[in-house]
Amino acid sequence: MSYDLPAKFEEFSEARRQGFLRVKQVKENGGKVAGIFCTFTPTEILDAAGFISVSLCGMSNETVPAAETQLPKNLCPLIKSSYGFALTDKCPYTYFSDLIVGETTCDGKKKMYEMLGKLKPTYILHLPQGHDSDPVTVWTAELRRFIAFLEEKFNLTITDEALRQAARQRNAQRQAHMKLMELQKQTPPPLGGMQMYATMEGTGFMFTHEDRVNKLNQLRESVEANADRSAFAGAKRILVTGCPIGGVLQKTVKAIEENGGVVVCFENCSGIKAAFQMVDTEAEDIVKAIAQRYLQIGCSVMTPNTERMKLLPKLVEEYKVDGIVEVDLQACTPYCVESFQIKQLCEQINIPYLAVETDYSTGDSGQLATRLEAFLEML
Amino acid sequence: MNYFIGIDIGSTCAKTIVMDSDKKVLHRMLQPTGWSSLDTAEAIREKLEQLGVPTSESAIVATGYGRISVPYADKSVTEITCHGRGACFVHGSENLTVIDIGGQDTKLIAVESGIVKDFIMNDKCSAGTGRFLEVMANTLALRPDELCRLAAQGGNTSISSMCTVFAESEVISLIGRGEKKENIAFAVVDSIVKKVASQAGRLTLGDKVCLTGGLCEFDYLRESLSRQLGVAVETDPDGRYAGAIGAALCAYNIRK
Ligand code: SF4
Ligand code: SF4
Repeated sequence: MSYDLPAKFEEFSEARRQGFLRVKQVKENGGKVAGIFCTFTPTEILDAAGFISVSLCGMSNETVPAAETQLPKNLCPLIKSSYGFALTDKCPYTYFSDLIVGETTCDGKKKMYEMLGKLKPTYILHLPQGHDSDPVTVWTAELRRFIAFLEEKFNLTITDEALRQAARQRNAQRQAHMKLMELQKQTPPPLGGMQMYATMEGTGFMFTHEDRVNKLNQLRESVEANADRSAFAGAKRILVTGCPIGGVLQKTVKAIEENGGVVVCFENCSGIKAAFQMVDTEAEDIVKAIAQRYLQIGCSVMTPNTERMKLLPKLVEEYKVDGIVEVDLQACTPYCVESFQIKQLCEQINIPYLAVETDYSTGDSGQLATRLEAFLEML
Repeated sequence: MNYFIGIDIGSTCAKTIVMDSDKKVLHRMLQPTGWSSLDTAEAIREKLEQLGVPTSESAIVATGYGRISVPYADKSVTEITCHGRGACFVHGSENLTVIDIGGQDTKLIAVESGIVKDFIMNDKCSAGTGRFLEVMANTLALRPDELCRLAAQGGNTSISSMCTVFAESEVISLIGRGEKKENIAFAVVDSIVKKVASQAGRLTLGDKVCLTGGLCEFDYLRESLSRQLGVAVETDPDGRYAGAIGAALCAYNIRK
């Protein structure tokens, strides 16, 4: 089967054109692509169904103006950017995805998915957001409904064995990721946060389980073999928490690392929060085991978000953290509101805390750098 | 080292302090920042040479938003650290809360035992900053200091918008409605004070609260801030040099 490229293909940059051609190739070889947006997406199910899952989280300001023709200005830039990519056909993964999978997490995303559903085939998983009722039963049923949907829509069968195998592989990948991140417990840490982040991001766009695990292991081995730890000697050890930050790395993580700090731990999505919980692959009911694993994610769309409150003090200890920087995206209600509780938590455990709220534009770079620098001077 | 120099290049004004080895202030210099921080820095260097303070024999720390544009500085330190240290020096206390209303940002800094413990700085927007005051004063055809003096005689009017652009149109419509100038001036100061006070709500205020920066000479602003915060806000004639003084103090740590 052959697939068309977007109408504006010729106007795209070389790198973007390459991206499109690469995904086109995958599709023409019979691959199926699922676009995902969130750490709660049960990737094991997509793996078992033979889909390649790729994150569609928009990390660039480029498509925000297009998105703002339909979405309000005062909305999280990640949501706007993601929707903008779908509107403008600028992201190869969005463009070629056979299915987009979203969850009922924050309100902005939920409502955006309704609109996205008009542009692309979209499936929404209803995520329970509390721990008090019986979220496991609800979420397990949701996952079964999703499995049934995939089986029917794409005419395939998802066996328990395939799910177990996918869970084993995803666990292995999470473990490899954790091991790499744990290198940062050393003093001085061997890697900068920028470098660590680039690795995490890179593996997100690899299509096979082996590629991803190999990449993570290779980097860890090369770091272990290299004894030079001088790059970040004496730097203040920072833990970054809050929203996904792929779109604001330069003005946050880079600014920290240019001003006497080093990010030793990312607690946010694509860091520890997304990797440390494993699926019990031996459980009798594998779907339930997968559901249980995802419900442990400490995201502030949960109420109350006890997992995050438990995790942060632990990470502060383990990674010998000197200060916490919370990076929130503008207009992200869950994180911006929860930020006050995190501030109180930090006072209790006696760790300096700075919260910044920013978007994908560069207007506030100078001001942000000053605040981060002053925070580092204070430590 | 003969001299210890702090240069604070703010968005509207550049402040320079020269100290001797006993931390005695020898010179204070004030000049508009103008278009280019680099040119300003060069002008400061020339003035220093004229005063017989060669930069080559001095330890120099730059601060303020133009701190990276002082090529002859030995180090740059943020205005937050500098205002904290400078205010301690000026007010002779190691424990205080500093409110600095600057040209384009407002900072609140909590200092304990001479060390910055926490701070708040306004986001992108210019509400509650010197810039806000300047724009409103312009609209009223007044100087900022005149506006503050006039405000003392006004009352009973308010501006609801925090955004400088919207607030300006509110002021224009108040003028159009024939509202007395002093009442509009009152509303402008009131708006700044309320914004600063709401930021202060996020910080635990110390026993001593000091106002530094360019606006610290405006008595009415200080009084109205005191009323809003419920503490006596103190100022000092050297308050507007607090950042530069803090920078000069940081210069004592430089080894050459
Ligand atoms: S922050 Fe929460 S809602 Fe956003 S991607 Fe991560 S888990 Fe999903
Ligand atoms: S950053 Fe916040 S507002 Fe944006 S998608 Fe994630 S949870 Fe929603």
